[in-house]
Amino acid sequence: MTTIPAGTPRLTPLHDVHLALGASFTDFAGWQMPVRYGSETAEHRAVRTQAGLFDLTHMGEIELTGPGAGAALDRALVGRPSAIGVGRARYSMICAEDGGIIDDLVVYRLADEHYLVVANASNVAVVAPELASRAQGYDVEVRDASADWALLAVQGPEAAAIVAGLTDLHVPDLKYYAIDAGTVAGIDVLLARTGYTGEDGFEIYCRPDDAAAIWAALTEAGAGHGLVPAGLACRDTLRLEAGMPLYGNELSRETTPFEANLGRVVVLDKPEGFVGDAALARRKEEGPQRVLVGLVASGRRSPRAGYPVHDPATGAEVGVVTSGSPSPTLERPIAMAYVPPALAEPGTRLAVSLRGTLEDAEVVALPFYSRTR
Amino acid sequence: MSNPTNLRYTAEHEWLALDGELARVGVTAFAADALGDVVYVDLPQVGATITAGESCGELESTKSVSDLYAPVTGEVVEVNEAVDADPSLVNSDPFGAGWLFVVKVAETGELLDAAAYDALLDA
Repeated sequence: MTTIPAGTPRLTPLHDVHLALGASFTDFAGWQMPVRYGSETAEHRAVRTQAGLFDLTHMGEIELTGPGAGAALDRALVGRPSAIGVGRARYSMICAEDGGIIDDLVVYRLADEHYLVVANASNVAVVAPELASRAQGYDVEVRDASADWALLAVQGPEAAAIVAGLTDLHVPDLKYYAIDAGTVAGIDVLLARTGYTGEDGFEIYCRPDDAAAIWAALTEAGAGHGLVPAGLACRDTLRLEAGMPLYGNELSRETTPFEANLGRVVVLDKPEGFVGDAALARRKEEGPQRVLVGLVASGRRSPRAGYPVHDPATGAEVGVVTSGSPSPTLERPIAMAYVPPALAEPGTRLAVSLRGTLEDAEVVALPFYSRTR
Repeated sequence: MSNPTNLRYTAEHEWLALDGELARVGVTAFAADALGDVVYVDLPQVGATITAGESCGELESTKSVSDLYAPVTGEVVEVNEAVDADPSLVNSDPFGAGWLFVVKVAETGELLDAAAYDALLDA
Protein backbone atom coordinates (compact mmCIF):
# COMPACT_ATOMS: atom_id res chain seq x y z
CA MET A 1 0.00 0.00 0.00
CA THR A 2 2.70 2.45 0.96
CA THR A 3 6.45 2.36 0.76
CA ILE A 4 7.97 3.19 4.11
CA PRO A 5 11.63 4.10 3.84
CA ALA A 6 13.90 2.16 6.11
CA GLY A 7 15.88 3.85 8.85
CA THR A 8 15.25 6.64 11.28
CA PRO A 9 11.83 8.27 11.11
CA ARG A 10 11.82 11.83 9.82
CA LEU A 11 10.78 14.53 12.27
CA THR A 12 8.89 17.65 11.27
CA PRO A 13 10.21 21.06 12.38
CA LEU A 14 7.31 21.08 14.88
CA HIS A 15 8.31 17.84 16.60
CA ASP A 16 9.38 19.54 19.85
CA VAL A 17 6.12 21.50 19.86
CA HIS A 18 4.15 18.25 19.58
CA LEU A 19 6.21 16.66 22.35
CA ALA A 20 5.52 19.62 24.63
CA LEU A 21 1.80 19.27 23.87
CA GLY A 22 1.88 15.61 24.91
CA ALA A 23 1.14 14.21 21.46
CA SER A 24 0.98 10.51 20.67
CA PHE A 25 2.91 9.77 17.51
CA THR A 26 2.49 7.38 14.63
CA ASP A 27 4.84 6.39 11.87
CA PHE A 28 3.38 7.64 8.61
CA ALA A 29 5.30 7.03 5.40
CA GLY A 30 8.56 7.30 7.30
CA TRP A 31 7.57 10.38 9.30
CA GLN A 32 6.88 10.60 13.02
CA MET A 33 3.55 12.42 12.96
CA PRO A 34 1.22 13.45 15.77
CA VAL A 35 -1.76 11.09 15.74
CA ARG A 36 -3.58 12.85 18.59
CA TYR A 37 -2.84 15.23 21.45
CA GLY A 38 -5.66 14.15 23.78
CA SER A 39 -8.97 12.73 22.64
CA GLU A 40 -9.20 12.37 18.85
CA THR A 41 -12.99 12.60 19.13
CA ALA A 42 -12.70 15.96 20.88
CA GLU A 43 -10.25 17.14 18.19
CA HIS A 44 -12.70 16.01 15.50
CA ARG A 45 -15.55 17.92 17.13
CA ALA A 46 -13.37 21.03 17.55
CA VAL A 47 -12.72 21.08 13.79
CA ARG A 48 -16.44 20.65 13.05
CA THR A 49 -17.55 23.37 15.48
CA GLN A 50 -14.55 25.72 15.93
CA ALA A 51 -11.08 25.02 14.59
CA GLY A 52 -8.14 22.63 14.61
CA LEU A 53 -4.46 23.18 13.86
CA PHE A 54 -2.62 20.44 11.96
CA ASP A 55 1.01 19.75 11.09
CA LEU A 56 1.00 18.24 7.60
CA THR A 57 4.68 18.66 6.82
CA HIS A 58 4.84 15.03 5.66
CA MET A 59 2.96 15.95 2.46
CA GLY A 60 5.12 16.07 -0.68
CA GLU A 61 5.60 19.24 -2.71
CA ILE A 62 6.79 19.09 -6.31
CA GLU A 63 7.45 22.32 -8.19
CA LEU A 64 7.34 22.74 -11.95
CA THR A 65 8.79 25.89 -13.48
CA GLY A 66 9.20 26.96 -17.06
CA PRO A 67 7.16 27.88 -20.14
CA GLY A 68 6.27 24.23 -20.74
CA ALA A 69 4.96 23.57 -17.22
CA GLY A 70 1.26 23.67 -18.09
CA ALA A 71 1.62 21.50 -21.19
CA ALA A 72 3.80 19.00 -19.33
CA LEU A 73 1.19 18.66 -16.59
CA ASP A 74 -1.60 18.28 -19.15
CA ARG A 75 0.39 15.36 -20.54
CA ALA A 76 1.23 13.88 -17.12
CA LEU A 77 -2.09 14.21 -15.25
CA VAL A 78 -5.70 13.30 -16.01
CA GLY A 79 -6.89 16.92 -15.73
CA ARG A 80 -5.97 20.08 -17.59
CA PRO A 81 -3.67 22.13 -15.34
CA SER A 82 -2.89 24.54 -18.21
CA ALA A 83 -6.46 25.82 -17.81
CA ILE A 84 -6.08 26.56 -14.08
CA GLY A 85 -6.07 30.29 -13.44
CA VAL A 86 -3.06 31.79 -11.69
CA GLY A 87 -3.73 31.68 -7.96
CA ARG A 88 -6.17 28.80 -8.20
CA ALA A 89 -6.00 25.08 -7.43
CA ARG A 90 -7.53 21.85 -8.76
CA TYR A 91 -7.85 18.34 -7.40
CA SER A 92 -6.28 15.92 -9.90
CA MET A 93 -4.69 12.53 -10.33
CA ILE A 94 -1.69 10.91 -11.96
CA CYS A 95 -2.53 7.58 -13.55
CA ALA A 96 -0.49 4.76 -15.05
CA GLU A 97 -0.81 3.72 -18.71
CA ASP A 98 -3.41 1.13 -17.65
CA GLY A 99 -5.50 3.84 -15.94
CA GLY A 100 -4.62 2.79 -12.39
CA ILE A 101 -4.21 5.67 -9.95
CA ILE A 102 -0.59 6.40 -8.98
CA ASP A 103 -1.62 9.24 -6.65
CA ASP A 104 -4.24 11.88 -6.10
CA LEU A 105 -2.92 15.43 -6.06
CA VAL A 106 -3.72 19.06 -5.50
CA VAL A 107 -2.27 21.24 -8.27
CA TYR A 108 -1.75 24.92 -7.50
CA ARG A 109 -0.87 27.40 -10.22
CA LEU A 110 1.38 29.92 -8.46
CA ALA A 111 2.30 31.89 -11.62
CA ASP A 112 2.00 31.54 -15.38
CA GLU A 113 5.02 29.26 -15.51
CA HIS A 114 5.11 27.95 -11.92
CA TYR A 115 3.03 25.11 -10.48
CA LEU A 116 3.05 23.46 -7.06
CA VAL A 117 1.88 19.82 -7.08
CA VAL A 118 1.09 18.37 -3.66
CA ALA A 119 1.36 14.59 -3.42
CA ASN A 120 0.72 12.15 -0.61
CA ALA A 121 3.69 11.51 1.67
CA SER A 122 3.62 7.83 0.84
CA ASN A 123 3.76 8.50 -2.91
CA VAL A 124 5.99 11.53 -3.46
CA ALA A 125 9.07 9.38 -4.02
CA VAL A 126 7.22 7.76 -6.94
CA VAL A 127 5.32 10.79 -8.22
CA ALA A 128 8.27 13.21 -8.43
CA PRO A 129 10.42 11.05 -10.75
CA GLU A 130 7.33 10.00 -12.73
CA LEU A 131 6.44 13.66 -13.33
CA ALA A 132 10.03 14.39 -14.33
CA SER A 133 9.99 11.49 -16.76
CA ARG A 134 6.67 12.55 -18.30
CA ALA A 135 7.92 16.14 -18.61
CA GLN A 136 10.83 15.16 -20.86
CA GLY A 137 10.64 17.06 -24.10
CA TYR A 138 8.86 20.01 -22.50
CA ASP A 139 10.57 23.24 -21.49
CA VAL A 140 10.11 22.78 -17.76
CA GLU A 141 12.11 21.98 -14.64
CA VAL A 142 10.55 19.43 -12.26
CA ARG A 143 11.88 19.44 -8.71
CA ASP A 144 10.90 17.50 -5.58
CA ALA A 145 10.81 20.48 -3.21
CA SER A 146 9.34 18.59 -0.24
CA ALA A 147 12.29 19.42 2.01
CA ASP A 148 11.81 23.14 1.34
CA TRP A 149 8.26 23.27 2.68
CA ALA A 150 6.56 22.80 6.01
CA LEU A 151 2.76 22.66 5.89
CA LEU A 152 0.32 23.75 8.57
CA ALA A 153 -3.46 23.62 8.24
CA VAL A 154 -6.10 25.57 10.13
CA GLN A 155 -9.48 23.95 9.55
CA GLY A 156 -12.94 24.68 10.88
CA PRO A 157 -15.65 27.34 10.90
CA GLU A 158 -13.44 29.69 12.94
CA ALA A 159 -10.41 29.28 10.67
CA ALA A 160 -11.10 32.38 8.57
CA ALA A 161 -11.40 34.61 11.63
CA ILE A 162 -8.19 33.23 13.09
CA VAL A 163 -6.14 33.57 9.91
CA ALA A 164 -7.60 36.97 8.98
CA GLY A 165 -6.09 38.49 12.11
CA LEU A 166 -2.59 37.30 11.20
CA THR A 167 -2.23 37.78 7.46
CA ASP A 168 -1.65 40.75 5.18
CA LEU A 169 -3.90 39.09 2.59
CA HIS A 170 -7.59 39.96 2.42
CA VAL A 171 -9.09 36.62 3.47
CA PRO A 172 -12.59 37.15 1.99
CA ASP A 173 -10.93 37.51 -1.44
CA LEU A 174 -9.17 34.16 -1.06
CA LYS A 175 -11.84 31.84 -2.46
CA TYR A 176 -12.15 28.12 -1.88
CA TYR A 177 -9.33 26.38 -3.80
CA ALA A 178 -7.37 29.61 -4.24
CA ILE A 179 -3.78 30.34 -3.17
CA ASP A 180 -1.74 33.51 -2.77
CA ALA A 181 1.68 34.55 -1.54
CA GLY A 182 1.53 36.74 1.55
CA THR A 183 2.48 36.77 5.19
CA VAL A 184 1.16 35.06 8.32
CA ALA A 185 2.48 36.57 11.56
CA GLY A 186 4.79 38.67 9.38
CA ILE A 187 6.42 35.60 7.83
CA ASP A 188 6.36 34.88 4.08
CA VAL A 189 4.04 31.98 3.25
CA LEU A 190 1.79 30.58 0.57
CA LEU A 191 -1.73 30.76 1.93
CA ALA A 192 -4.23 28.36 0.33
CA ARG A 193 -7.92 27.93 1.05
CA THR A 194 -7.81 24.15 0.81
CA GLY A 195 -8.10 21.22 3.16
CA TYR A 196 -9.11 17.64 3.77
CA THR A 197 -11.71 17.92 6.50
CA GLY A 198 -14.94 19.03 4.84
CA GLU A 199 -14.72 22.39 6.61
CA ASP A 200 -13.65 25.83 5.51
CA GLY A 201 -9.97 26.21 6.20
CA PHE A 202 -6.48 27.11 5.13
CA GLU A 203 -3.26 25.36 4.33
CA ILE A 204 -0.14 27.38 5.02
CA TYR A 205 3.04 26.46 3.13
CA CYS A 206 6.10 27.94 4.83
CA ARG A 207 9.82 27.45 5.24
CA PRO A 208 10.56 24.68 7.76
CA ASP A 209 12.52 27.13 9.94
CA ASP A 210 9.44 29.34 10.23
CA ALA A 211 6.94 26.61 11.12
CA ALA A 212 7.26 26.89 14.90
CA ALA A 213 6.78 30.67 14.90
CA ILE A 214 3.69 30.39 12.71
CA TRP A 215 2.29 27.55 14.84
CA ALA A 216 2.78 29.68 17.96
CA ALA A 217 1.12 32.72 16.39
CA LEU A 218 -1.86 30.65 15.23
CA THR A 219 -2.17 29.05 18.66
CA GLU A 220 -2.23 32.44 20.30
CA ALA A 221 -4.63 33.96 17.77
CA GLY A 222 -6.86 30.90 17.98
CA ALA A 223 -7.13 30.81 21.75
CA GLY A 224 -10.30 32.91 21.74
CA HIS A 225 -11.76 30.87 18.88
CA GLY A 226 -11.55 27.37 20.36
CA LEU A 227 -8.56 26.34 18.22
CA VAL A 228 -6.98 23.08 19.35
CA PRO A 229 -4.01 21.11 18.01
CA ALA A 230 -5.37 18.24 15.93
CA GLY A 231 -3.68 15.01 14.89
CA LEU A 232 -3.86 12.61 11.98
CA ALA A 233 -6.45 10.39 13.73
CA CYS A 234 -9.12 13.05 13.53
CA ARG A 235 -7.97 14.10 10.08
CA ASP A 236 -8.87 10.59 8.91
CA THR A 237 -12.36 10.59 10.47
CA LEU A 238 -12.98 14.15 9.23
CA ARG A 239 -12.13 13.24 5.63
CA LEU A 240 -14.16 10.02 5.89
CA GLU A 241 -17.27 11.91 7.02
CA ALA A 242 -16.66 14.33 4.14
CA GLY A 243 -16.54 11.38 1.70
CA MET A 244 -13.00 12.22 0.61
CA PRO A 245 -10.90 9.30 -0.64
CA LEU A 246 -7.57 8.34 0.90
CA TYR A 247 -4.79 6.91 -1.24
CA GLY A 248 -4.05 3.36 -0.10
CA ASN A 249 -7.66 2.90 1.02
CA GLU A 250 -10.12 4.07 -1.64
CA LEU A 251 -7.49 4.80 -4.30
CA SER A 252 -4.77 2.50 -5.61
CA ARG A 253 -2.99 1.26 -8.72
CA GLU A 254 -5.84 -1.24 -9.11
CA THR A 255 -8.47 1.51 -9.17
CA THR A 256 -9.32 4.05 -11.86
CA PRO A 257 -10.97 7.41 -11.13
CA PHE A 258 -14.28 6.07 -12.50
CA GLU A 259 -14.71 3.41 -9.80
CA ALA A 260 -13.96 6.04 -7.16
CA ASN A 261 -16.76 8.31 -8.49
CA LEU A 262 -14.07 10.77 -9.55
CA GLY A 263 -14.52 10.52 -13.32
CA ARG A 264 -15.16 14.26 -13.31
CA VAL A 265 -11.42 14.92 -12.84
CA VAL A 266 -10.58 13.03 -16.07
CA VAL A 267 -10.48 15.23 -19.18
CA LEU A 268 -10.53 12.70 -22.01
CA ASP A 269 -10.71 15.20 -24.87
CA LYS A 270 -7.33 16.87 -24.36
CA PRO A 271 -6.01 17.29 -27.92
CA GLU A 272 -2.44 16.26 -27.06
CA GLY A 273 -3.52 13.21 -25.07
CA PHE A 274 -2.17 12.15 -21.68
CA VAL A 275 -0.65 9.13 -20.01
CA GLY A 276 -3.40 6.57 -19.46
CA ASP A 277 -5.94 8.18 -21.79
CA ALA A 278 -6.65 5.10 -23.93
CA ALA A 279 -7.23 2.84 -20.92
CA LEU A 280 -9.36 5.44 -19.16
CA ALA A 281 -11.49 6.05 -22.27
CA ARG A 282 -12.10 2.31 -22.52
CA ARG A 283 -12.94 2.08 -18.81
CA LYS A 284 -15.40 4.92 -19.10
CA GLU A 285 -17.03 3.27 -22.11
CA GLU A 286 -17.30 -0.12 -20.40
CA GLY A 287 -18.54 1.29 -17.13
CA PRO A 288 -17.08 0.31 -13.77
CA GLN A 289 -17.37 -3.22 -12.39
CA ARG A 290 -17.48 -1.84 -8.87
CA VAL A 291 -18.18 1.57 -7.42
CA LEU A 292 -17.43 3.37 -4.21
CA VAL A 293 -20.39 3.77 -1.86
CA GLY A 294 -21.06 5.06 1.62
CA LEU A 295 -22.32 2.65 4.28
CA VAL A 296 -23.94 3.33 7.61
CA ALA A 297 -23.87 0.31 9.93
CA SER A 298 -26.78 -0.40 12.20
CA GLY A 299 -24.88 -1.81 15.18
CA ARG A 300 -22.29 -0.26 17.43
CA ARG A 301 -19.28 -2.01 15.95
CA SER A 302 -17.58 -0.34 13.04
CA PRO A 303 -16.69 -1.75 9.65
CA ARG A 304 -12.93 -1.45 9.03
CA ALA A 305 -10.73 -1.40 5.95
CA GLY A 306 -10.55 -4.87 4.41
CA TYR A 307 -13.75 -6.28 5.93
CA PRO A 308 -15.88 -8.18 3.39
CA VAL A 309 -19.24 -6.81 2.26
CA HIS A 310 -22.04 -9.32 1.66
CA ASP A 311 -25.37 -9.27 -0.16
CA PRO A 312 -27.83 -10.36 2.54
CA ALA A 313 -30.21 -11.66 -0.15
CA THR A 314 -27.76 -14.33 -1.28
CA GLY A 315 -25.13 -14.33 1.44
CA ALA A 316 -22.49 -13.89 -1.27
CA GLU A 317 -19.43 -11.77 -0.67
CA VAL A 318 -19.83 -8.86 -3.09
CA GLY A 319 -17.37 -6.19 -2.04
CA VAL A 320 -14.90 -4.83 0.47
CA VAL A 321 -14.71 -1.98 2.97
CA THR A 322 -11.97 0.55 2.20
CA SER A 323 -12.30 2.83 5.27
CA GLY A 324 -14.51 2.67 8.31
CA SER A 325 -14.83 4.29 11.67
CA PRO A 326 -17.31 5.42 14.26
CA SER A 327 -18.51 8.83 13.06
CA PRO A 328 -18.29 11.45 15.80
CA THR A 329 -20.77 13.66 13.92
CA LEU A 330 -23.36 11.03 12.97
CA GLU A 331 -22.70 8.99 16.13
CA ARG A 332 -23.00 5.85 14.00
CA PRO A 333 -20.37 3.62 12.39
CA ILE A 334 -19.71 4.74 8.81
CA ALA A 335 -17.65 3.27 6.02
CA MET A 336 -16.78 3.49 2.37
CA ALA A 337 -16.76 0.29 0.32
CA TYR A 338 -16.49 -0.98 -3.23
CA VAL A 339 -19.57 -2.91 -4.38
CA PRO A 340 -21.09 -3.88 -7.76
CA PRO A 341 -23.05 -1.05 -9.44
CA ALA A 342 -26.28 -3.05 -9.03
CA LEU A 343 -25.92 -2.79 -5.24
CA ALA A 344 -24.81 0.83 -5.10
CA GLU A 345 -28.15 2.64 -4.92
CA PRO A 346 -28.75 4.54 -1.67
CA GLY A 347 -31.13 2.55 0.48
CA THR A 348 -29.70 -0.83 -0.60
CA ARG A 349 -29.37 -3.19 2.34
CA LEU A 350 -25.97 -4.83 2.61
CA ALA A 351 -24.07 -6.57 5.39
CA VAL A 352 -20.49 -6.25 6.59
CA SER A 353 -18.62 -9.18 8.05
CA LEU A 354 -17.31 -7.85 11.36
CA ARG A 355 -14.78 -10.42 12.44
CA GLY A 356 -17.10 -13.26 11.48
CA THR A 357 -20.47 -11.71 12.36
CA LEU A 358 -22.64 -10.20 9.64
CA GLU A 359 -23.94 -6.77 10.64
CA ASP A 360 -26.53 -4.84 8.64
CA ALA A 361 -25.38 -1.78 6.75
CA GLU A 362 -27.27 0.54 4.44
CA VAL A 363 -25.92 2.25 1.34
CA VAL A 364 -26.14 6.03 1.70
CA ALA A 365 -25.22 8.89 -0.60
CA LEU A 366 -21.77 10.40 -0.08
CA PRO A 367 -20.68 12.54 1.62
CA PHE A 368 -21.88 11.56 5.08
CA TYR A 369 -21.39 15.16 6.16
CA SER A 370 -21.31 18.48 4.36
CA ARG A 371 -21.01 21.82 6.04
CA THR A 372 -23.98 24.12 5.85
CA ARG A 373 -22.12 27.34 5.05
CA MET B 1 2.28 7.61 34.40
CA SER B 2 1.29 6.36 37.85
CA ASN B 3 0.08 2.81 38.15
CA PRO B 4 -1.61 2.17 41.52
CA THR B 5 0.55 0.04 43.80
CA ASN B 6 -2.43 -1.88 45.22
CA LEU B 7 -3.16 -3.49 41.85
CA ARG B 8 -1.62 -6.38 39.92
CA TYR B 9 -0.88 -6.19 36.19
CA THR B 10 -0.33 -8.27 33.09
CA ALA B 11 2.03 -7.72 30.19
CA GLU B 12 -1.12 -7.26 28.04
CA HIS B 13 -1.88 -4.09 30.05
CA GLU B 14 -4.77 -5.36 32.16
CA TRP B 15 -4.99 -4.57 35.85
CA LEU B 16 -6.52 -6.69 38.62
CA ALA B 17 -7.80 -5.65 42.04
CA LEU B 18 -7.63 -8.86 44.08
CA ASP B 19 -10.14 -9.23 46.89
CA GLY B 20 -10.18 -12.74 48.33
CA GLU B 21 -11.16 -15.08 45.52
CA LEU B 22 -12.57 -12.22 43.41
CA ALA B 23 -10.63 -10.04 41.01
CA ARG B 24 -11.93 -6.86 39.43
CA VAL B 25 -10.35 -6.36 35.99
CA GLY B 26 -9.73 -3.38 33.76
CA VAL B 27 -7.16 -2.04 31.33
CA THR B 28 -4.39 0.31 32.39
CA ALA B 29 -4.13 4.02 31.63
CA PHE B 30 -1.28 3.15 29.27
CA ALA B 31 -3.54 0.79 27.32
CA ALA B 32 -6.41 3.26 27.26
CA ASP B 33 -4.11 5.97 25.95
CA ALA B 34 -2.66 3.68 23.30
CA LEU B 35 -6.12 2.63 22.12
CA GLY B 36 -7.43 6.14 21.69
CA ASP B 37 -11.09 6.93 22.31
CA VAL B 38 -12.86 3.67 23.16
CA VAL B 39 -16.26 3.51 21.49
CA TYR B 40 -17.35 -0.08 22.11
CA VAL B 41 -16.53 -2.81 24.61
CA ASP B 42 -17.41 -6.44 24.06
CA LEU B 43 -17.25 -8.12 27.47
CA PRO B 44 -17.64 -11.78 28.46
CA GLN B 45 -21.05 -12.84 29.78
CA VAL B 46 -21.71 -13.33 33.46
CA GLY B 47 -21.24 -17.06 34.11
CA ALA B 48 -18.69 -17.49 31.32
CA THR B 49 -15.44 -19.24 32.08
CA ILE B 50 -12.38 -17.39 30.89
CA THR B 51 -8.85 -18.73 30.54
CA ALA B 52 -5.72 -16.77 31.43
CA GLY B 53 -3.97 -15.46 28.35
CA GLU B 54 -6.89 -16.12 25.98
CA SER B 55 -9.08 -13.51 24.33
CA CYS B 56 -12.29 -12.92 26.28
CA GLY B 57 -13.63 -9.83 24.55
CA GLU B 58 -12.59 -6.79 22.58
CA LEU B 59 -12.14 -3.07 22.90
CA GLU B 60 -12.91 -0.96 19.86
CA SER B 61 -11.57 2.57 19.53
CA THR B 62 -12.04 5.08 16.76
CA LYS B 63 -8.95 3.71 15.00
CA SER B 64 -8.72 0.05 15.89
CA VAL B 65 -10.06 -3.11 17.46
CA SER B 66 -8.02 -4.83 20.16
CA ASP B 67 -8.52 -8.16 21.89
CA LEU B 68 -9.14 -8.17 25.61
CA TYR B 69 -7.11 -10.95 27.21
CA ALA B 70 -8.20 -12.79 30.32
CA PRO B 71 -5.62 -12.02 33.02
CA VAL B 72 -6.63 -15.05 35.12
CA THR B 73 -8.65 -18.25 34.74
CA GLY B 74 -12.06 -18.31 36.38
CA GLU B 75 -15.76 -17.53 36.14
CA VAL B 76 -17.09 -14.08 35.31
CA VAL B 77 -19.48 -13.02 38.09
CA GLU B 78 -20.17 -9.39 37.19
CA VAL B 79 -19.69 -7.07 34.22
CA ASN B 80 -19.67 -3.28 34.28
CA GLU B 81 -22.95 -2.24 32.67
CA ALA B 82 -21.92 1.42 32.92
CA VAL B 83 -18.91 0.93 30.67
CA ASP B 84 -21.07 -0.95 28.17
CA ALA B 85 -23.36 2.08 27.99
CA ASP B 86 -20.51 4.61 28.06
CA PRO B 87 -17.24 3.10 26.78
CA SER B 88 -15.46 6.44 27.19
CA LEU B 89 -15.16 5.58 30.91
CA VAL B 90 -12.23 3.37 29.86
CA ASN B 91 -10.38 6.54 28.80
CA SER B 92 -11.58 8.93 31.48
CA ASP B 93 -11.14 6.64 34.51
CA PRO B 94 -9.37 3.41 33.50
CA PHE B 95 -8.48 2.36 37.06
CA GLY B 96 -11.90 3.37 38.49
CA ALA B 97 -15.28 3.72 36.81
CA GLY B 98 -13.83 2.19 33.63
CA TRP B 99 -13.41 -1.29 35.18
CA LEU B 100 -14.62 -4.09 32.92
CA PHE B 101 -15.62 -7.23 34.85
CA VAL B 102 -15.21 -9.23 38.06
CA VAL B 103 -13.95 -12.78 37.91
CA LYS B 104 -13.99 -15.53 40.55
CA VAL B 105 -10.41 -16.68 40.29
CA ALA B 106 -9.67 -20.38 39.82
CA GLU B 107 -6.06 -19.92 38.83
CA THR B 108 -3.84 -16.91 38.39
CA GLY B 109 -1.29 -16.73 35.62
CA GLU B 110 1.82 -14.60 35.74
CA LEU B 111 0.97 -11.26 37.38
CA LEU B 112 3.18 -8.22 37.86
CA ASP B 113 3.26 -5.78 40.72
CA ALA B 114 3.20 -2.04 39.99
CA ALA B 115 7.00 -1.72 40.04
CA ALA B 116 7.40 -4.57 37.56
CA TYR B 117 4.68 -3.13 35.32
CA ASP B 118 6.27 0.34 35.46
CA ALA B 119 9.55 -1.27 34.44
CA LEU B 120 7.82 -3.01 31.54
CA LEU B 121 6.46 0.32 30.30
CA ASP B 122 9.86 1.96 30.61
CA ALA B 123 11.63 -0.84 28.75
